[in-house]
Amino acid sequence: MMNRILFAVMLVAGLTAPFYAYPVFVMDLLCFALFACAFNLLLGYAGLLSFGHAAFFGGAAYIAGYSIKAWGFPPLIGILTGTGFALILGFAFGYLAIRRQGIYFAMVTLALAQIIYFMALQMPFTGGENGLQGIPRGQLLGFIDLDSSLSMYYFVFGIFLVGFGIIQRTIHSPFGEVLQAIRENEARALSLGYDVDRFKLLAFVISATLAGLAGATKAVVFQFASLTNAHWQTSGEIILMTLVGGLGTVFGPVVGALTVGALSHELSSYGSWVQVILGTIFVICVLVFRRGIIGELARVMKKP
Amino acid sequence: MSIQVIMSQALLGLNVGVFYAMLSLGLAVIFGLLNIINFAHGAMYMLGAFVALIGYSYLDQWFGINLQIGFWASLIVVPLVVGGLGILIERTMLKRLYQLDHIYGLLLTFGITLILQGLFANFFNVSGTPYPGQPESLSGVVNLGFMYFPTYRLFAIVFSLVVCFGTWYVIEHTKLGSRLRAGVENPQLTQTFGLNVPLMVTLTFGFGAALAGLAGVLAAPIYSVSPLMGADLIIVVFAVVVIGGMGSIMGAILSGLALGLVEGLTKVIYPPAASTVIFFLMVLVLLFRPAGLFGKEK
Repeated sequence: MMNRILFAVMLVAGLTAPFYAYPVFVMDLLCFALFACAFNLLLGYAGLLSFGHAAFFGGAAYIAGYSIKAWGFPPLIGILTGTGFALILGFAFGYLAIRRQGIYFAMVTLALAQIIYFMALQMPFTGGENGLQGIPRGQLLGFIDLDSSLSMYYFVFGIFLVGFGIIQRTIHSPFGEVLQAIRENEARALSLGYDVDRFKLLAFVISATLAGLAGATKAVVFQFASLTNAHWQTSGEIILMTLVGGLGTVFGPVVGALTVGALSHELSSYGSWVQVILGTIFVICVLVFRRGIIGELARVMKKP
Repeated sequence: MSIQVIMSQALLGLNVGVFYAMLSLGLAVIFGLLNIINFAHGAMYMLGAFVALIGYSYLDQWFGINLQIGFWASLIVVPLVVGGLGILIERTMLKRLYQLDHIYGLLLTFGITLILQGLFANFFNVSGTPYPGQPESLSGVVNLGFMYFPTYRLFAIVFSLVVCFGTWYVIEHTKLGSRLRAGVENPQLTQTFGLNVPLMVTLTFGFGAALAGLAGVLAAPIYSVSPLMGADLIIVVFAVVVIGGMGSIMGAILSGLALGLVEGLTKVIYPPAASTVIFFLMVLVLLFRPAGLFGKEK
């Protein structure tokens, strides 16, 4: 029931947003919201903490940007190319990382993501510290001009809804149920005959792919793929968004991304204090607010 | 390519290696008893360098205290300060998380990293401030027979090795160490025998943090002191820990040293790969020996 109301709210807010908010800012939030949802699929439902999701987000942004700028791909194909790159990368990372468990899994993903970061820094096509600039938005399906911020906005909102839908479908499928079983008790899931590693790998690949979709879309929105997207701090930020909104809840990551994104935006004039404040929120969330906004809301509403 | 170039890069690599060793040793000690990975370990290292810098240059200017803490005094004072902060963090925050999934410990210390890094980024230049306190007696170069090497770097290598192997000796061969190992093996039983396990946990965390702080002091005269110095290092140390496995103290030390050496030599052979070679080695280890070289994961 609550989820239906929240979905309706999200749909109405999303459709009307460009009329009362700055569209580019909302598009930025939507990309991060999709990114957080993809991340939540992995941590919230499969119990796997990846500290390297920035590699998929940032990596896909570079590939999408480059394929559009240098090869003249149309925007949709470019975004799909970036997303495909994230899929392949996700398979490679996942294959390696699921060989270790728990805390090691987090460290392995972080270290693997650092390879992508250094590659983005050193390879000639990425523009190094300056990033990949001047990516043309182009025309969607050959006739919708994406330079208009309104049509760009609805394109991004559409991508967000598709990504969000895929994640919901995954969570509520038998596959998603098995993931949650693995999260709760891996040994038991294994003894019930589930090939745990394959489930984990598939969850990792789906999550990485959708994180890539978000990153590739962001590159087209800003016409820019930057090194920041691939930095470990972005991986940390997406964890924070998911945590603030509510781990393992359907709408938590969306709410978290809006909250943290809006907060960072409001505080952007305070320089490094933003980091201090985000760090403090992180600490508070871990210590006393582990359910997150949606998690707490659900708990309050369930009480008679 | 002359043998001198290779040797000097190897020694420089070893210099980095001792920092890897000290940090991964601290991580391993903490992990053994607390089962958490301290993400803030890099921040503690950075903090160590900054406390040394502030003690040397800014006490008078900032706090009106007419005192200058020299390099030698820093080697004692800084680990105490950083270790003290570690103890504070363990007592007030980490302690509440022991019943939960271990990833919460990682997330908490990640938040602490952001706070520390952000704080110092407000007051200091991100590109780094040089530490002027390197003692006169350690300046210049020494003749090693086959090459010349900076005296300070040699001192840093020897000093860190003494600290690392000293720690190993205490843990593996003394009564204190045997109690600690008992606490790692079976906390409940150790507690039943009348040993104060929570106190051991607190002190262990403080000790690990102090080691990171000490590494920071040693690094301060070599690298410029910057708010970001710890974060970049800790990720490499994570890879070192994955390669070595955290099962053994000696394993943590040796893999730190060896990987520093490998990184140094990569700088001679193929410079662009120097920043990623350890990560690629980690990939190889994961493929062929997933538990790590010294690991004993179930």
